[in-house]
Amino acid sequence: MTKKPVENTVSINGRPVAIEGERNLLEIIRKAGIDLPTFCYHSDLSVYGACRLCLVEIEGRGIVGSCSTPPEPGMKIKTHTEEIREIRKISVELLLANHDNNCPTCYKSNNCQLQRIARQLGVESIRFGQVLDRKPVDTSSPSVTRDPNKCVLCGDCVRVCSEIQEVGAIDFAHRGHQASVLPAFGKDLGEVECVNCGQCTVVCPTGALTPRSEMEEVWKDLMNPDLCVVVCVAPAVRVGLGESFEMDPGTITTGQMAASLKMLGFDQVYDTSFAADLTIFEEGSEFLQRKAKGEKLPQFTSCCPGWVKFTEQYYPELLEKLSTCKSPQQMFGALLKDRLPEMLGIAKEKIRIVSVMPCTAKKYEAKRPEFIHDGIADVDHVITTQELARMIKAAGILFSDLTPESFDMPFGFATGAGVLFGNSGGVTEAVLRFAAEKVTGKQLQSFEFKQVRGESGLREAAITIDGVQLKLAVVSGLKNAKTVAEQVRKGTCEYDIVEVMACPQGCIGGAGQPVSRNPHAKKMRTKGIYDADKMMPLHKSQENIFVADCYAKFLGDVGGDKAHHLLHTHYQSRRRLPDEGIAFFSGNGGQRLKVDVCLGTNCFIKGAQDVLNGLLGHAEEHKYENMVDIRASFCFEQCEEGPTVKIGAVTLNHATVDTAVQALSRELEHQLSGESAAKDECTSCSGCK
Amino acid sequence: MQAATETHATPAEKFANVCSILEKHGRHPARLIPILQAVQEEYGYLPEEVLAYVGVALDVPAARVYGVATFYAHFALEPRGKYIVRLCNGTACHVKKSIPILDALYRALGVTEKKPKHELITIEIVACLGACGLAPVLVINEDVYGQMTPARAAKLIDEILEKEAALV
Repeated sequence: MTKKPVENTVSINGRPVAIEGERNLLEIIRKAGIDLPTFCYHSDLSVYGACRLCLVEIEGRGIVGSCSTPPEPGMKIKTHTEEIREIRKISVELLLANHDNNCPTCYKSNNCQLQRIARQLGVESIRFGQVLDRKPVDTSSPSVTRDPNKCVLCGDCVRVCSEIQEVGAIDFAHRGHQASVLPAFGKDLGEVECVNCGQCTVVCPTGALTPRSEMEEVWKDLMNPDLCVVVCVAPAVRVGLGESFEMDPGTITTGQMAASLKMLGFDQVYDTSFAADLTIFEEGSEFLQRKAKGEKLPQFTSCCPGWVKFTEQYYPELLEKLSTCKSPQQMFGALLKDRLPEMLGIAKEKIRIVSVMPCTAKKYEAKRPEFIHDGIADVDHVITTQELARMIKAAGILFSDLTPESFDMPFGFATGAGVLFGNSGGVTEAVLRFAAEKVTGKQLQSFEFKQVRGESGLREAAITIDGVQLKLAVVSGLKNAKTVAEQVRKGTCEYDIVEVMACPQGCIGGAGQPVSRNPHAKKMRTKGIYDADKMMPLHKSQENIFVADCYAKFLGDVGGDKAHHLLHTHYQSRRRLPDEGIAFFSGNGGQRLKVDVCLGTNCFIKGAQDVLNGLLGHAEEHKYENMVDIRASFCFEQCEEGPTVKIGAVTLNHATVDTAVQALSRELEHQLSGESAAKDECTSCSGCK
Repeated sequence: MQAATETHATPAEKFANVCSILEKHGRHPARLIPILQAVQEEYGYLPEEVLAYVGVALDVPAARVYGVATFYAHFALEPRGKYIVRLCNGTACHVKKSIPILDALYRALGVTEKKPKHELITIEIVACLGACGLAPVLVINEDVYGQMTPARAAKLIDEILEKEAALV
């Protein structure tokens, strides 16, 4: 063992500071009360060392990046020598020379690191001429707007997407002065595998990646006297909104929030926690049924649209294990569009449902075709907590001074269980509060299940109800979700319920929440949600009399036909990139038979490559060049049935080399005789004669 | 002058070769660059669909594959001509006046810097070919030409065009 130095300290600007397990000099310097500027450093991401703002001088070593240098006892560190200050200033000036400096109109103004650091460092002029080569702004995604003209290439977004979410929808492309952060092949964000979680917008120091705004649409509806505009507020919003008005994270602002929404002109102000209670009736019952039958377990939660899209793209075989319940937002939208016309005496076309969400993916979810019927969406607009704060400010409402008001009845009534949905572990706890009483038929002594609470992104708990042990996993962050999904796929775990939220710590950490510089913000918001639960008079979804009333009056049985029609949905496998395919045969013949072999991940794993090679070999051998077009495609969205081959109008599932070659010959024969083998859409290889 | 190295395999053979390239490298994500090099030899460039397929096969996000492919000047994402003319504009070649040679190449081909696409001949500007003693250097496919001048460059282009015209 090496001998420990007597004094385990470093000297920072001549003052001794103890080393207490810090991973790098930046941490120790910040501990000493010096806020070194950084763009590319985030404690939960890997160290990148690109922005060169955290430079320090170490005696005997010269100038180094403090984020990428581990502390060593005896180091003599200086943090703001004249040379270092000059280097930092030049770095920022160079960034500004290549930046769209329209600060007053930028979405990120006042919360922009570049702006803040430029002021902090005293950058008062830019000595370099503007060299910005203006590129188009990408507004293709319903959730995230990408403005490359404001990117400082810190790579925070790239790392959060690959390291926390393991999606990797964006990455650095090109080099030198042409380097930029782009989706695959320079495509638009809206057409690639981005799951819309928006965590990139949380870490982006500038306005390069921001939540897509829908404020204008909402203002327009609010100003239209013919419309009845209804707003539904998600649980997590109440503990985040205050941060936009100088309050501490976690401050419960339910009363001021309801008051401000009424002042903004919303006709009905409802609580999405009501729909969360409703979700528990459906999802809890669904779980008890599956558990009794021992099928489709573990039941994965389906409240989080980021997780749902992730599953559709990467784990199609797990889709059947997802709860078929719509998310609370979509349940609420469907329910309100069904009930309000009668209750309020207003035509359905004149009702607008606006959701306030801590989430950017909810914007995408509301626009999914599953939730739009005859051109009428269940949820018309989704705004984030940030956008609500902006609207409140734009209206000149002094939020902090407001007298609290309450939600409107009946859909503003919720139990603490519904509010828990804002926290990671909240859905699980709410299900347990429901299931425990349903199974035992007895009232719970204590309503809290603290075993499922915690900060880790991957937690396990085992809870025994009436002699039956339930094994639970509570997951946040999609990288952690992938770990559990792999175990489930391989059958190496035995969970009953897996709760997944795409954002670290759940919805309170969603990308729609105000961007906080407080390192404890998420912890404080989590506590806010648990406190809000305690303050509610009721704590179990089954105690929500208005939800029970809905079932009694028009929904019928829990999980019944009407409930199923309104409150459940079906998800399907989804390709990650727009289909382009690799063309193999493109001869000159007149009518050529089109053959597409799926080479998406799922079919690939199941041996699609062999099928393709078999087909190509067969076609070459028989000189089919002028009779068939063979292409490799990426994903027909039938992953469960792979490998999938489309030959003319025939879809062949579970294809093998033999069945594919047979089907090709058969179709070619039929083509020559002038008719297709497929009278109807064929979906099974065994069905064809 | 030899034509570029693109193989004249059928599309099916090319794809089979891509598969064996992937096998040869054990489908290991860390082998992405040698895999891309081999794929480029097969196709003459890196077609987008093939890059997407490489991503699927290596379990690497397509955006990362695209990032690597666009980082290196060696990789081309557009189909290239039969002849690839590489003009060095490294420090030594630049001070020995490589830019007037570039202008001469464009003129001889009848293209411009903004629209440099020519069916037969692709001009690429590279950072250093490691032959600074011969500056300014021009490479056509595998053949190296040192101490280039605008006039000689134009003549080389004319020769290729004449040779190709004779083939038709």
